[in-house]
Amino acid sequence: MASIGKIARRTFLFGAVAVAGGAAFGAWYVTRPAPNPLKPAEGEASLNAFVLIDGDGVTLVAPRAEMGQGTMTTWAALIAEEMDLAWEDVRVIHGPPAQAYYNSALMGEGLTHKGYDVSSFQHSLGEVMGVMGKVFSMQVTGGSTAMKDGYERMRVTGAATREMLKTAAAQRLGVGLDELRTENGAVIAPDGTTIPYSDLAAEAAEVEPPKVELRERSDWKLLGTSLPRKDIPGKSTGTAQFGIDTRLPGMRYAAVRMSPTRGGMKSFDAFEASRMAGVEKVVDLGDGLAVIATNTWLAQQAVDAIPVEWAPSSYPETTEDMTRAIKAAFDAEPNSTLRDDGDTAKLPSGAMRIKAEYSVPFLAHATMEPMNATAWFDGTHLRIWCGNQGPTFLRDACAAEAGIDPEEVEVNVTLMGGGFGRRGEFDYAVIATRVAKAMPGTPVNVTWSREEDMTHDFYRPAALARITGAVLDGKALTFDAQVSSPSIAEQALDRWVGFAPGGPDKGIVDAIYNQPYGIPNYRVTGHKAEITPPLGFWRSVGASYNGFFHESFMDELAHAAEADPLQFRLDLTRDEWLPAYYVLEAVRDMSGWTGQTEDGVGRGIAMVYSFGTPCAMVIEVRDVDGMIRLTNAWIAADPGVALDPSIIEAQLTGAMAYGLSAAMGEEITFAGGVAEQKNFPDYDPLRMPQMPAVEVRILENQKRLNGVGEVGTPPAAPALANALFDLTGKRVRDLPLNKAFEFYV
Amino acid sequence: MATTLTVNGTAQEVDLPENVPLLWALRDALNLTGTKFGCGVSACGACTVHIDGEAVRSCQIPIGDVWGKVTTIEGLGTPDALHRLQKAWIDHQVAQCGYCQSGQIMQAAALLAETPNPNDDDIDAAMQGNLCRCGTYPRIRAAIKSAAEGA
Repeated sequence: MASIGKIARRTFLFGAVAVAGGAAFGAWYVTRPAPNPLKPAEGEASLNAFVLIDGDGVTLVAPRAEMGQGTMTTWAALIAEEMDLAWEDVRVIHGPPAQAYYNSALMGEGLTHKGYDVSSFQHSLGEVMGVMGKVFSMQVTGGSTAMKDGYERMRVTGAATREMLKTAAAQRLGVGLDELRTENGAVIAPDGTTIPYSDLAAEAAEVEPPKVELRERSDWKLLGTSLPRKDIPGKSTGTAQFGIDTRLPGMRYAAVRMSPTRGGMKSFDAFEASRMAGVEKVVDLGDGLAVIATNTWLAQQAVDAIPVEWAPSSYPETTEDMTRAIKAAFDAEPNSTLRDDGDTAKLPSGAMRIKAEYSVPFLAHATMEPMNATAWFDGTHLRIWCGNQGPTFLRDACAAEAGIDPEEVEVNVTLMGGGFGRRGEFDYAVIATRVAKAMPGTPVNVTWSREEDMTHDFYRPAALARITGAVLDGKALTFDAQVSSPSIAEQALDRWVGFAPGGPDKGIVDAIYNQPYGIPNYRVTGHKAEITPPLGFWRSVGASYNGFFHESFMDELAHAAEADPLQFRLDLTRDEWLPAYYVLEAVRDMSGWTGQTEDGVGRGIAMVYSFGTPCAMVIEVRDVDGMIRLTNAWIAADPGVALDPSIIEAQLTGAMAYGLSAAMGEEITFAGGVAEQKNFPDYDPLRMPQMPAVEVRILENQKRLNGVGEVGTPPAAPALANALFDLTGKRVRDLPLNKAFEFYV
Repeated sequence: MATTLTVNGTAQEVDLPENVPLLWALRDALNLTGTKFGCGVSACGACTVHIDGEAVRSCQIPIGDVWGKVTTIEGLGTPDALHRLQKAWIDHQVAQCGYCQSGQIMQAAALLAETPNPNDDDIDAAMQGNLCRCGTYPRIRAAIKSAAEGA
């Protein structure tokens, strides 16, 4: 493990500053240009630290948002491990937005190498690209990067803080530093004298940060174990505060109705609505309306009662028109050719060629907590409360909406009732700001109805794939795929930072061009459809559809080769990349895969490498009186370092459920430029009786720590579709699958 | 037009029209925010509370029609005095985002009151109306079973 001195010189600066009753400690990257957040310039009030120690004890600050993935707990554990804190005494809060909290790992994900074959040079390049995150102030929770970003930085923070506290104790006691040890949040002297950190913090802030070593893994006490999550007691007792639960003195409640075509509003008549019970104000938002009332439901009733004429959409009005545009992009020059191995056109004698076309629909995020934000504007200063995955972007956008400087905006990050990518956007906070501007001095809790949420999402795009392949002597010879989809990144980056870099869009082909299979002739081109329906990042992004395309076609190749689909994959990964081989081997062993199933039972396999982690999955289905029931699932993934096995198991299981849910029955369609699905009855997610029993195995065969939160989603759809093929002999290439099969409910 | 509701053992006056759903009286008038808004059409179960022990969707019941004593997640148990299901939920580390879990626990509490030792089919039947987008279903099932065994 590199010494902290070396790491610090290269990338980190850490330090401390005295605060009331104690001290704050932080570590941040120094390459350029984030200011030292612990030493704010004149007039800057922000103090951004990872560790706060005062009379109340130790508080750890987690600048990655908690949307259920356990990030708050594991970030805290990284610090606590090196600080020798007792887990039950650790308190965690969300950090405010600050440039020093930017996400270095996310921008590294933008590189177009395959990932699994990354060389040291490319890894360094990834770190350099990571610096771009700072340029954009990219404090983002997404891309399964939270642990990659925090793994080194948080341990450095913990170790440096511990050493500074020890140094303060050594000075006070007049003993040598090496005579002291730390345990349960205190420094302990040889004679047993125990000084709690809270008692040493002020003195420690004056200490020059020392050089320290990060602990070897074999010495970890917290990391690598399943810790009780810090947020779970509150979430089990109704006391956890989500954004929607924000309650402030004199607060009012608002409901909104924004243009469902995103095309603006031609006219409205608020006469009746403004006289309805509880209504205090109808607000013209330009491209929509809000009603401020004494109660959310009264506000919803009133805003829904307003006759409105909307302007048409700027994107094609129907799903059919959009599909036509996505198809047309196949005929244009490719946007990317990120894999081009061998010669896919060549067909040796005896080879058998197969072809297939696949499609996936638009999808909504449908977080359980409908979008909402609370805003309080006093004319000069704006305060916002909401869950979000990118608070710096959100702060800047709200400042622009209010016409004030970003420094005048206070963003309070709450827990989120699901994110899945939706909370990376900040539209709800900008709208809340606009509503609050209409009632200065009054905090307004702006909550969307489920219908508003579902019809104003930034959707996972529809995508199409055309794949040809060839097999010879029982082996895969050729895999040649074209994928067409509109670009998510182009419009999301434009919303976040005001411009979108050109060049190949990795998102369109992610998890199809970079799969760790040793197929000699392997080519993938991406085609960008020039339509702009509202699109956003949806759990696992491009991998959510490319996993389905790639792994469905791998099954078709195996079938054409008359090979067992699991053995076929084992053979192709063994020489290409062993971590992928091992996850396949693990699900083979866990499921007792024989390639044979009894009558009425089908099993499917898929393996997708995404966010740096290979994840294999076997799904088992049964015919129950003509309906299909998912009975079992086996998942194996290799994130390199398993920081918290229980959280990882929950993430893999939950991500699979999210993927199965979409695969089985979710679809957003458009008519008149408006999403046709309004609420759960017409966008019905996976329910308890449909959830298979799940067994998870976590492997650690790859060296670097990689993503966990999204990697269970991509293999879910193809594993299920392959299982359905095994059960019925019917190959379905279009999602959702409930158009072709009847699922048990 | 005040309506009197008995919530978690306390009679409270709510000054709202009688057609306002119980959910919104609890959340916005009484600040009992543990009960969640998810869909407004009885399709997700996030707003589940008990009326006289029966699990109901509070988004569908106007305050003028509330026929009995209301219990919310805050009244089922507290952080200092957990209901056995809440304890099981913590022991099994069920919650991810946690937004649906109040409703899940209230639904499960009504199930255990009626069926003290539910089998998988009983659990499916009782819990199928409660959505979880994080996919915590396996841990919910395990927590219900362990709470039942601890009864």
